[in-house]
Amino acid sequence: MSVRGEIGEEVAGAAAAPHRTRRVLITGLSTYWGGRLAEALEAHPEIEAIVGVDSSEPTRELERTEFVKVGNQHSLIGRIVRAAELDTVVDTRLVVNSFVTSPQLAHENNVIGTMNILTACGGADSPVRKFVFKSSSHYYGCEHDDPAFFTEEMSRPHPPRTAIERDVVEAEAGVAEFADRRPEATVTVLRCVNVLGPDVLTPHTRMFALPLVPMVLGFDPRSQFVHEDDVVRALEHAVFNHTPGVYNVAADGVLALSEVIGLLGKRPLPVLPPWGTGAIAGPLRRLGFRIPDEMVNQLRFGRGVDNRRLKATGFRYEYTSREAVLKLGEHLRLHPVVRETERSYTYEKEVEEFLRWSPHVRRGRSGEEPFGL
Amino acid sequence: MDPERTPLDGTSDSIQATPHVGGDPAGGDHDADEVVGADQRLPAAPPERMRELLPALEPERRITDWGRSERVEAILDRTLVDFYYRYWFRCEVEGIENVPSEGGALLVSNHSGALPPDAAVIARAIREEHRDPRPLHITVEHFFKGFPGFAALIPKIGGVPAHPANVHRLLYDERQLVLVFPEGRKGTEKTYNQRYRLRRFGRGGFVEAAARAGAKLVPVCVVGAEEAMPTFAQVNFLKRLTGLLYFPITPTFPWLGPLGMLTYLPAKFRLRFLEPIDTTSIELEPAPDTAQVQTVAQDVRARIQENLDEMLAARRSVWFG
Repeated sequence: MSVRGEIGEEVAGAAAAPHRTRRVLITGLSTYWGGRLAEALEAHPEIEAIVGVDSSEPTRELERTEFVKVGNQHSLIGRIVRAAELDTVVDTRLVVNSFVTSPQLAHENNVIGTMNILTACGGADSPVRKFVFKSSSHYYGCEHDDPAFFTEEMSRPHPPRTAIERDVVEAEAGVAEFADRRPEATVTVLRCVNVLGPDVLTPHTRMFALPLVPMVLGFDPRSQFVHEDDVVRALEHAVFNHTPGVYNVAADGVLALSEVIGLLGKRPLPVLPPWGTGAIAGPLRRLGFRIPDEMVNQLRFGRGVDNRRLKATGFRYEYTSREAVLKLGEHLRLHPVVRETERSYTYEKEVEEFLRWSPHVRRGRSGEEPFGL
Repeated sequence: MDPERTPLDGTSDSIQATPHVGGDPAGGDHDADEVVGADQRLPAAPPERMRELLPALEPERRITDWGRSERVEAILDRTLVDFYYRYWFRCEVEGIENVPSEGGALLVSNHSGALPPDAAVIARAIREEHRDPRPLHITVEHFFKGFPGFAALIPKIGGVPAHPANVHRLLYDERQLVLVFPEGRKGTEKTYNQRYRLRRFGRGGFVEAAARAGAKLVPVCVVGAEEAMPTFAQVNFLKRLTGLLYFPITPTFPWLGPLGMLTYLPAKFRLRFLEPIDTTSIELEPAPDTAQVQTVAQDVRARIQENLDEMLAARRSVWFG
């Protein structure tokens, strides 16, 4: 290869050629990531169609995204994909916190759901040329003999310990098989580390919102984060660029948990016992602090990943891990003050359909909000 | 680390030292209808480029991405390490110029003492005596990352779990100094009557790590550590009870409790850094040449043993040198 030191440009050049994304399907539109990505894609005029599917209604206000309420049935999604000739599918549904749902439902969504969506995108007549899968660094697990920085080609050294980790591994195996079977489609897997940000609610943001942040006695785990905006930008990057393969999505910098707590201006509370941390989770839950299973080992050992491969495709992170933590700190201090003024959005099917399809709605007038909301 | 065998597995050669750039660019100039082909990979970025993409340490931070804390290290260095290095062990160093001033190098040393003082002394010697002082990363057993207390402290003072990927990143990508004790636990659990008899040098993994990173091997001999904390016996049932790696009986441990682990006898320390050994001649493709790796490992071991014997023969007194 002739290009040296400018692989970003080289890839960007290559990206335009193989496949130009025009019509996108977002599965899991009502999840935080699905909604954020739809918002981001709406700003690109070259995207002709954005269709979102989910089993529940969208949680973000969207302008031109078409929402179709449908579960994970592959025949229905397959019909939508073919009817609308959607060339790109972005799967944002993966559940990576065990506290949002039961293990059974999570498995149903993560493994069976992924399988169904892959089935819908497969087949000889499928128009899908690009599949982007949002995965999680729970893929790697968290053990005492881990490398300090996981790279994408490393497999986990131990079999999965928790239900969520098992789901992530199984779902990715399905995606890998899909990539194998459909060489004409570009398949991108984004393994995101723990996300921080003002909007997203994760076990970590909950933990950092506590006045005293619990730590496991005698441990100071490695903590690497990524800002929510960077995750959305990474999804967008994968939609617009030619990025086959697996990529870690993680900001620069691996912090120690004590350092994180210091940056947030909080105090550590090293009270969790080093042995049997899982066993104490029950009583703690009653006190209002829930540790999801997959977080227990993270509180002990932590995890770091190598983020260079995505950067080599031309992607730039806006925030480092430290900056993401500082942003969260700002939000946590501001939140109690502005909480009242934050507006919420409820999806109203009839209103959304009227706004999109009624001949009386005036569209495209410059500088004017067409929806008058 | 087993490379994952999936078609998604992009640049499986990015971890290797060879500046090999994978196949034909999968991008190029085909259009949407053209089949990309089974090799759905982006070309691996060249190693210099990957090195540029390493995250820089933000100036505001006082802990590195490896968990090394400037503050904790400085406090320890000014107090405990300074006292032992200067006054208690009265360290004398020769051959410090054999430690390269730049680029990755793997220091290989003999290992002894129930809570080994040798690592701290070698790190201090490089800071103190070398004309371009550099931080030294000390590989430690994975065990410590799982043991409360050690887990929080060891990374802060420069310890890195001895994972081949960690060593490779430090040597190859970050071009740092790394210290290994190939004897590992076998070295520190040996009793006093076996002093200065080197154990087996692992399986030669350290040679392979250095070869992959294109780094030099610098053998180091430490005399004095065996007498500073002699182990008279190992108590197996107490080892199992405490979950420690081993449970030694030393002049001060367990009599003084955990403090006994940091109490050394005032033996005279001598350090000798030997001439670097080149590892670039070792064949790595398609698979590492195990015969060559073993030969180099044996050679390093023999040179350390020889020099130790020479230093012991010249030593008149354990306490005064």
